[in-house]
Amino acid sequence: MDHADDNPAPDRPHAYPSSEPPAIECDGVVIRYGDTVAVDRLSFVARRGEVLALLGPNGAGKTSTVEALEGYRSIAGGTVRVLGLDPARDHTTLVQRIGVMLQKGGVYPTLGPAQVLHLFASYYEDPEDPDALLDQVGLGDTRRTPWRRLSGGEQQRLSLALALVGRPDVLFLDEPTAGVDPEGRIVVRDLITAQRAKGLCVLLTTHELDEAERVADRVVIIDHGRLLAEGTPAGLASGTADGSIRFSTDPGIDTVALASAVGAGASVDEEGPGAYRLRLPAGGQTPAVVATLAGWLAERNLALGDLRTGQSLEEAYLAITGARSEPGPAEVTGGGGRSRGRRSRGRR
Amino acid sequence: MRPLVAQLRAEITMLFTNGETLFLTLGIPVVFLLFFSSVHVLPTGTTHPVDFLVPGILALAVMSTSMTALSIGTGFERGYGVLKRLGSTPLGRPRLLAAKIIAVLLVEALQAAVLVGVGYLLGWNPGGPGGAAALVGQAVAAMVLGTVAFGGVGLILAGTLKPLVNLAVVNALFVVLLLLGGMLIPLSKLPHWLAELSRLLPAAALAEALHGALGHGAPVSSRDWVVLAVWAVAAPVVAALTFRWE
Repeated sequence: MDHADDNPAPDRPHAYPSSEPPAIECDGVVIRYGDTVAVDRLSFVARRGEVLALLGPNGAGKTSTVEALEGYRSIAGGTVRVLGLDPARDHTTLVQRIGVMLQKGGVYPTLGPAQVLHLFASYYEDPEDPDALLDQVGLGDTRRTPWRRLSGGEQQRLSLALALVGRPDVLFLDEPTAGVDPEGRIVVRDLITAQRAKGLCVLLTTHELDEAERVADRVVIIDHGRLLAEGTPAGLASGTADGSIRFSTDPGIDTVALASAVGAGASVDEEGPGAYRLRLPAGGQTPAVVATLAGWLAERNLALGDLRTGQSLEEAYLAITGARSEPGPAEVTGGGGRSRGRRSRGRR
Repeated sequence: MRPLVAQLRAEITMLFTNGETLFLTLGIPVVFLLFFSSVHVLPTGTTHPVDFLVPGILALAVMSTSMTALSIGTGFERGYGVLKRLGSTPLGRPRLLAAKIIAVLLVEALQAAVLVGVGYLLGWNPGGPGGAAALVGQAVAAMVLGTVAFGGVGLILAGTLKPLVNLAVVNALFVVLLLLGGMLIPLSKLPHWLAELSRLLPAAALAEALHGALGHGAPVSSRDWVVLAVWAVAAPVVAALTFRWE
C-alpha cells in the first residue's frame, strides 16, 4: 500500500512488544457485494493497547471491514486475522475474546438494561459484574426501562456495556457515538480510554472527526474501500499541512512589504477580506516568523486575529479525501449527521 | 449449561411479558373453549360441543405457540438485529435454538394443562380407543410433531420476511388454518375438495390426529400421521436453508 508509509509508526504509551501478533490484521482485504467492490485491497494493523479509528464517508467500506473482522462477512480476497485467528474459521474461539457494538440495534426491545446485561454476562466464562458495569456506563437509574424506551444515547451506552461484559481483548465499535448526547460522549470516550489502558485493542469506525481526534491513537482513512492515509491524528494533520500561517487583520495591507519583511521565499495572499495566508518554505513555520509577523503588524498599529500555524484533523481529512477520491460533495462533518449516504453500497 | 438456562429464562420472560403473546397463546384458546362450549353455534357433531372442542382447541393452542408466537418473536428479533448481535457472542445458534424450542414446549405444556383443566370443568369426557395411556401417548406424539412442523413454518416466514410483513402474514395464516383446520368446525362441514386439500396441511392433520386420539370417533388415520411427519421434516429443513440471520 503506497499510502501506508506516509507516517512512521507513532510512539504509543501502551504499545506492546512487536513480537506478539497484531490484535487486528487486514492484509489486502477485498469484499464484494455482487459486482460492487466495497473494500478494495485494504491493509492495516492494530495492536493491543491501541485505539484505531477507521475514518471515511458513508459507504466508504468501514462497516464491511469491521464485519469481516467480526466474522459476519466473507472476504473475496486477502486475509483478516484477529488475535492471530481467522474470524470465520475460528469463530467459536474468537467470540469469547471479542466485544462487538453494532451500528444500531442488536438488543431485545422489551428487556431492560439489567436483564439484557445479566443475560449476556451468562454467555461468557469470566464476565464483568453486570451491575457495576451498568453504573459505569451511567445506566444505573434506568436498569429496568425496556430498551425501546431508552434514549438513543442510552441505547448506545447499553450496547457498549454489552460489548464489554465478556472482558474482551479486542473491541469493535461501529459508530459508538452516533446519536449520543454530549454528556454520553464523555462517558463513551472515558470508557474507550479506560479499555486502552487495560491493554485492549479498540477498533472504532466513525465519520465524526473531532471524536476520532479525541480518542484515537491512530487513524486509518478509507474511501471507496481503499486506504487513503494512515497515521496519528497529529501526524496526519501536519503531514498534509502546507507550511502556511493563516491570520486575520484589517483588509488591504501591503502584502508585498510583509512578505519581504518575513524573509526569502515567503509570500502573502489576501484570501478573503482581511483573511491572509502567509506561505513559507519548508520548515519555515518558526516562532521567529510569528514574532516578525506580529511585530510588523504592531508597527502599523494593526490588530492580529485568528492566527493558526497548523490544521485540524478535519482539514487534513478533507484535504486527503478531497484530493484522492473522485469529485463529489464531501459530506463528512464534525457533527452528528448520519446516513446521508452519497453512495449507496448495499451493505446488507 | 449456564448460557442455555439464562437464555431459556429470557425467552420465557419475553413470552410472558408480551401481552399479545399471552392473549394469543392462552386468551384466545380459553375464551374459544368457554364460549363455544356454552353457546352452541358450531356444528361440532358431538352431543356435547366440549368433546369436539377440547381436542380441536389443543391443536389451535399448539399452532398459536409454535407457529404464530415463535414466528412473530423471532421475526422481530431478526429485525432488531438481536440475532445478528448474538452471532458474535459465545451463545451460539444451537443453544439459541434449543432455548426457543424448550420455551415453546413449556408454554404448550401450560396451555394443555389449562385447556384440559377447563375442559374437565366444562364436562369434557375424553374418549378414544385403546385406553388412557395410548390416548395420551398418541395425543402427545401428535402435538410434538405438530410443534416441529408449525415451528418450521413459522421460522420459514420469520427468516425471510420483514418483521411487520411477517406479523401480518403469520396472523392471517393463523386465522385461515383455524377456520379450515378442523379445530372449531369439523372438516366434514367443509366442501369435500376443500376438506381434502386442508388435510394435506399440518393444521388439519394435527386436529384430526387429536380428534382421533381424544375424541369419540374413528381412531387416528395413518394418513394424518404421514402428513404431520412430512411437514415436521420438510418445514424445518426449508427453514434452515432459507433463514437469513440479519
